[in-house]
Amino acid sequence: MEGLVKKLNRRNFIRVSAIAGGGFVLGFNFLSSCSPEQRPGQLIDLNAFVKIDTNGEITIMNPNPEVGQGVKTALPILVAEELDVDWKDIRVEQAGLDTNKYTRQVAGGSGSVRESWESFRKVGATARQMLINAAAMGWAVSADTCHTENGMVVHKKSGKKAKYGELVERAATLDVPQEVNLKSNAAFKLIGKRIANVDNQAIVTGQFKYGIDTKREGMLYATIIRPPAFGQLLESLDDTAARKSPGVKQVLKFENKIAVLGQSTWEVLQGAKMVKAEWKDDGILESTTDYSKNLKSVLLNEPKEESRRKDGNVLEAFSSAAKVVELDFEAPFLAHNTMEPMNFFAHVKKDSAELYGPIQTPERTRTRIAELLGIPEEKIAIMMTRMGGGFGRRLMSDFVEEAATVSKLAGNIPVNVIWSRESDMSGGFYRPMYSYKYKAAVDNDNKLIAWHHHSVGVGSSAASGDSFPAGAVANFQVDTEEYKSPVSTAPWRAPTHNFIGFSEQSFIDEIAHKIGKDPVAFRLEMLEQAKNNPIGKVNYNPDRFATVIKKAAEVAEWGKKKAGNVFQGFAAHFSFETYVAEVAELEKQADGKLKLKKIYCVADCGTVVNLSGAETQLEGGIIDGIGHAMYAELTLTKGKPDQTNFNTYRMIRMREVPEVEVHFIQNNEKPTGLGEPGLPPAGPALANAVFAASGVRLKTQPFIKSGLFA
Amino acid sequence: MAAFSITVNNKKHQVEVDPKMPLLWVIRDVIGLTGTKYGCGITQCGACTVHVGNAAVRSCMFPVESVGDEKITTIEGLSESGDHPVQLAWKEIDVPQCGYCQSGQIMAAVALLKENPSPTDDDIHKTMTNICRCGTYNRIKKAIKAAATARV
Ligand code: FES
Ligand code: FES
Repeated sequence: MEGLVKKLNRRNFIRVSAIAGGGFVLGFNFLSSCSPEQRPGQLIDLNAFVKIDTNGEITIMNPNPEVGQGVKTALPILVAEELDVDWKDIRVEQAGLDTNKYTRQVAGGSGSVRESWESFRKVGATARQMLINAAAMGWAVSADTCHTENGMVVHKKSGKKAKYGELVERAATLDVPQEVNLKSNAAFKLIGKRIANVDNQAIVTGQFKYGIDTKREGMLYATIIRPPAFGQLLESLDDTAARKSPGVKQVLKFENKIAVLGQSTWEVLQGAKMVKAEWKDDGILESTTDYSKNLKSVLLNEPKEESRRKDGNVLEAFSSAAKVVELDFEAPFLAHNTMEPMNFFAHVKKDSAELYGPIQTPERTRTRIAELLGIPEEKIAIMMTRMGGGFGRRLMSDFVEEAATVSKLAGNIPVNVIWSRESDMSGGFYRPMYSYKYKAAVDNDNKLIAWHHHSVGVGSSAASGDSFPAGAVANFQVDTEEYKSPVSTAPWRAPTHNFIGFSEQSFIDEIAHKIGKDPVAFRLEMLEQAKNNPIGKVNYNPDRFATVIKKAAEVAEWGKKKAGNVFQGFAAHFSFETYVAEVAELEKQADGKLKLKKIYCVADCGTVVNLSGAETQLEGGIIDGIGHAMYAELTLTKGKPDQTNFNTYRMIRMREVPEVEVHFIQNNEKPTGLGEPGLPPAGPALANAVFAASGVRLKTQPFIKSGLFA
Repeated sequence: MAAFSITVNNKKHQVEVDPKMPLLWVIRDVIGLTGTKYGCGITQCGACTVHVGNAAVRSCMFPVESVGDEKITTIEGLSESGDHPVQLAWKEIDVPQCGYCQSGQIMAAVALLKENPSPTDDDIHKTMTNICRCGTYNRIKKAIKAAATARV
């Protein structure tokens, strides 16, 4: 293979050049001399983003991990828009980890599109300009007199036309233009349209290979036994029966865990049940009730750490206030529950390793694996598969480390480590349990003059200082603390926002009711203050925020009487640079029980890149937000998870899903996050509707426990 | 271990497995068709849905010995090139996000429409109990209705 790569290089059929700005490379190569079967995978490494062959086939690489957020469709749209090609003529390929060619190969923080908006369009525009230059040179005309039309360069005056495929050979010998113009938003042909997920065909035919589907010559399946409770250590192990179990090939002990390897997933899962392991407690193992008590007691004391933010003096303001409002909230642990359980393929050899599977953070993971194995990073190949969900779980690399360790210990053989659902739910990481205290004060004119948020979370702190309503309140303080525990916690879809959004938006609703103001008008009044007379720095734009709020009130007909026993609740939250306002509409049945009917959603996410993708991300976030607020919790008894599968951990199902109506604010701002921002306002919009219907303020989740629902 | 002859997507396979091995794992690990997914192993999520005869079955707890003479259809056997009306509707409505649950959703939907060519919302809710963590439920419902109309 090396030889072929070199030969192609020498024949100057490949060009990889740096372009200004993004630090990216743009590559063309010409594979017309190879038949499609001869185009080996390795050749892909020679290209960064665009590959046009002389037959006119155009391939756009997607460098970022696809986790269901739609980047594999959205990022190539950016390139194709500026390249000026018909979307149906494009093929999209997933790139592996390659830090020489790509930057930020991460799926997280709703950041892929917002970080790539300029640079990816530049890649397309640069390629297009080189094709124009090549055509102009061949026709001996000035490049300025040529333009492109759907994969063709056209010289209008002479009527000459050439397809990109015919030009690409010459284009590759030309200098890479350092400056290119990008289209104005008005000229977009693809951006803003509805474009279907590029993997749909493979998904609906069952052909798509996820990490869990990986099978190689000589590979063994493996599953891992972990301590049943957080804070336990492996004391002893009897694997006699397991080793005799059909299909089981090896049983290995490593770290604090046991791996069972065998010929099929089921056989290793069966084998794992035969392993007799004794575990001992390492310290005190806490239960959910202990956490609840202990977190609350942290909040009874003065904050120990320095405030996240402090404007004015909240204590003074509280003592001179006309009215003080207080509320406490508590969040349960949540499991990530990606539908594809954790898994990874690893083949560790003496001085190199191949890793293949679903991971949101390939770069960081490679560094970890290099340390773990003592193999240099250059010798470790990581290929990311499309993931059956991530939600933050696959930002962690524990399961990749396991796969690498097991491959090595088992004798450097290829293995696919697959977690059972029980393992996945009970042995991983959780959204932290949080306890929050809110206190606010108004003066004699019912103006909000003080706001204090004191928060504590298991293994993670949970407040951001500069977000709304910071800037709108003269005396404003945010304190946050961390509670140490053996329970491992991790980012979970819309980290921190997922519960801050709920508590803060519920609290604002509470204040509005306590002072007799309309919840929407009250929010707008606060934003007015943040705009005209901001206190300290803010991380949001009050005008854009107010616009989504007004629009949501308008589309949901907020404040207008609805037929029957219909009640509405309002919430708005800014996260990942996107403004989202949601109205929940529920119905009170004849028996007094409540049923959620509909969520209206208005988002300002800047320019919408893919309308279908944007809509489904927001809708998915909303349904996920409703589902978890309504039904989900992970409880522990002495460190041991009480729920280990979907029979006890309740996930939302179709009959419980509300209708969702999504609207976008049209503007020319740069695109912002979409995978997460729909989630935070969903729970509080529903909770505020519940308050409107019943007068009950929901302060804990899951809501289903309130007994108010049908 | 015992020998079984099973027909999957109109193809006969001879397999030598534990009679208690669930059909899911026979299909995935022994026969090598990986479109059928594992999500929970306890018939809760529906990711493993296949057709045994005409019925939608959650294959993760369905022992291979219970298959008998029934023909099995998996997502790969639904159509030659993805042009079953339900698959077409799924693409048209752009249902998949991560896509992992979708083969099970599609198999459940196909079985539903076979039995009830024009289901009401209520009918759909009763049958479509598969889990989708990405929250594509409304598009799934829309696609089922689109497929139902396309076939009328
Ligand atoms: S894997 Fe069979 S229902 Fe979940
Ligand atoms: S599309 Fe991801 S679980 Fe359904």
